[in-house]
Amino acid sequence: MYEAPMRILLVEDDREAAAYLVKALREAGHVPDHAVDGEDGLAQADSNPYDVLVVDRMLPRLDGLTLIGRLRAEGNRTPALILSALGQVDDRVAGLRAGGDDYLTKPYAFSELLARIEALGRRSAPNSADTVYRTGDLELDRLAHKVTRGGAEIVLQPREFRLLEYLMRHAGQVVTRTMLLENVWDYHFDPQTNVIDVHISRLRSKIDKGFEAPILHTIRGAGYMIRDGAR
Amino acid sequence: MTALAKLFRTTAFKLVLGLLAVFVLAAGLGLAFVVWESGRVIQAQSARMVDAETANLAERYRLGGFLGMAEAISERAAQPGSFLYLLTAPNGEVLTGNVGTLPTDVLAKHGTREVQYTRLGANQGPTPALVRVERLPNGSRLLVGRDLSERARFAEILVSTMLGGLALVVLVALVGGAILARRVLVRMDAVTATSRTIMAGDLSGRLPVSGSGDEFDRLATATNDMLERIGELMEGLRQVTDDVAHDLKTPITRLRNQAEEALRSAKTEEEYRATLDRVIEESDGMIRTFNTMLLIARSESGAARQSMSALDAAELVESIAELYEPAAEEAGLSLVVRTSPGLTVHGNRELIGQALVNLVENALKYGVLDGGTDKTVELAVEEAGDRLRFLVADHGPGISEADRARVLERFVRLETSRTRPGSGLGLSLADAIARLHGGTLELNDNNPGLRVTMDLPRERSETAR
Repeated sequence: MYEAPMRILLVEDDREAAAYLVKALREAGHVPDHAVDGEDGLAQADSNPYDVLVVDRMLPRLDGLTLIGRLRAEGNRTPALILSALGQVDDRVAGLRAGGDDYLTKPYAFSELLARIEALGRRSAPNSADTVYRTGDLELDRLAHKVTRGGAEIVLQPREFRLLEYLMRHAGQVVTRTMLLENVWDYHFDPQTNVIDVHISRLRSKIDKGFEAPILHTIRGAGYMIRDGAR
Repeated sequence: MTALAKLFRTTAFKLVLGLLAVFVLAAGLGLAFVVWESGRVIQAQSARMVDAETANLAERYRLGGFLGMAEAISERAAQPGSFLYLLTAPNGEVLTGNVGTLPTDVLAKHGTREVQYTRLGANQGPTPALVRVERLPNGSRLLVGRDLSERARFAEILVSTMLGGLALVVLVALVGGAILARRVLVRMDAVTATSRTIMAGDLSGRLPVSGSGDEFDRLATATNDMLERIGELMEGLRQVTDDVAHDLKTPITRLRNQAEEALRSAKTEEEYRATLDRVIEESDGMIRTFNTMLLIARSESGAARQSMSALDAAELVESIAELYEPAAEEAGLSLVVRTSPGLTVHGNRELIGQALVNLVENALKYGVLDGGTDKTVELAVEEAGDRLRFLVADHGPGISEADRARVLERFVRLETSRTRPGSGLGLSLADAIARLHGGTLELNDNNPGLRVTMDLPRERSETAR
């Protein structure tokens, strides 16, 4: 599904965690590099074109936020995901303000990290500017706020529309529940129950019911994915 | 440090020393002035007496001639007293008087001045005198003077009296200062000793308050209040630590048991996978519990207060209702939302949102009464005086009055809910968030069911403390 492997720079001083992430990212089909401290990370990010930077917030020699700030000051716009043990509201705001594009609190599930890295990597892909998203016979017109499948119109609630829009923008990628909460609902707090699952199943009943091949898939232990089942 | 050295180093004693120095300096200056002024007065008085005596002798000269005057001088010079007389012939020969020696040129110039002289027949060194020299018409010279050693004696008496007095003052001041310093020192030592025991870990120690209401009492009272507050915080911290130890041990034990069990009895890869899946699930739960506890601690410490802003309460309630509406329907409940526009609260959106989410999730989890007919959960925000009232009410079994205060504590889960998933932190967190915002969380009976109200101040000025 991931046509082009992504070049990922991982700036992380914990060698054990870094080794695990490098291995897992490689298994997921990407090309990760590893930098052990902030200075090293800055040098590598300056000299190689990466698709995504994964930067630990607390690094020796140059902390993660300063590293990203320097890159942004140089005009380097490579999407950056900040990893941090600090997970409070202000910490995340500070991370995004420094030029980070996403913020993930340790400890995290690798599936969550991978989904976010892939979402960031595709963010710069041209299709995010498209006005019409297409997956198989499912079409979403962002300007007309219209969804059709196989030519038949599907009526969605505003929130369902935004949910589907986000899923289709990241078609072919795993989208986690927290990503949906953050991006569709703008919530950074933690619901204990399966609220998102219920919204998904409602959406699924509207777009997949009566069709042979499902488009909205549940990825066990990770999240959801919009994918053309016919392929 | 010896006790005496410690005494001398006290602020009170140093103050006494400083004041004493100022006093001694002032007294010295005063004394110098008195001595100088009295000398001046004595000298002026002597000059007047010398003038009067000279005039008197001149009168004699006019009535009795030179010899008459000489006779009077001889007579007066013979008497004891402070007057000096000397009469010389035009050739400088001494005719009569009571002066032994004089500086040589004294008689050459007429007028009044101070000189050193020796009295005739005296066996002590020269003493000061004020003398007036006149030239008589026949060319002889008359000296009339007055001894000034009285002036020096007077100054001596003055100085010695005053110095004696000063010595007494200094002595009294030092003793008084030491006593004062000791009094202060005793109280300070009590404070220091108490602080030491507190530093050593006994937070129950309190500074002594004498009851006099002086500055020491005020300081001690303020410090005691502070200690009280620190004690509460420490107690809270201890409580959390105990809770953490207790509540995290359980899932960790479970985790360990599962891993052990898999090692012992799992045979196929699927069985191992299933165990690992459960292990991950269990750790996620623990992380979640941990995050919630951190959030509670953070709310209670007030650290999030700077990240508050004006936020639209109605919008927040509506969006939460929208998020939970499908979940409510799935649980067989219906969410009834009541808001009105323009309700603004000063706070942190994520924290207030988290509190509401916890309340709503509780309502969805426990809001069904077996055989109950009312299956609505009410979610509302409304004005309540100068506050905003968030309301979450269900028609489930509710919480008995006795348990209501208890469920706000950390990790308290009522027996009836033990079988359901949950950390027992939801209501504690909502309560901590309400208090962080200067508000209150109350649990009431909804007849039947639970009715939770969270009152938060509306405006910024009302939350500023």
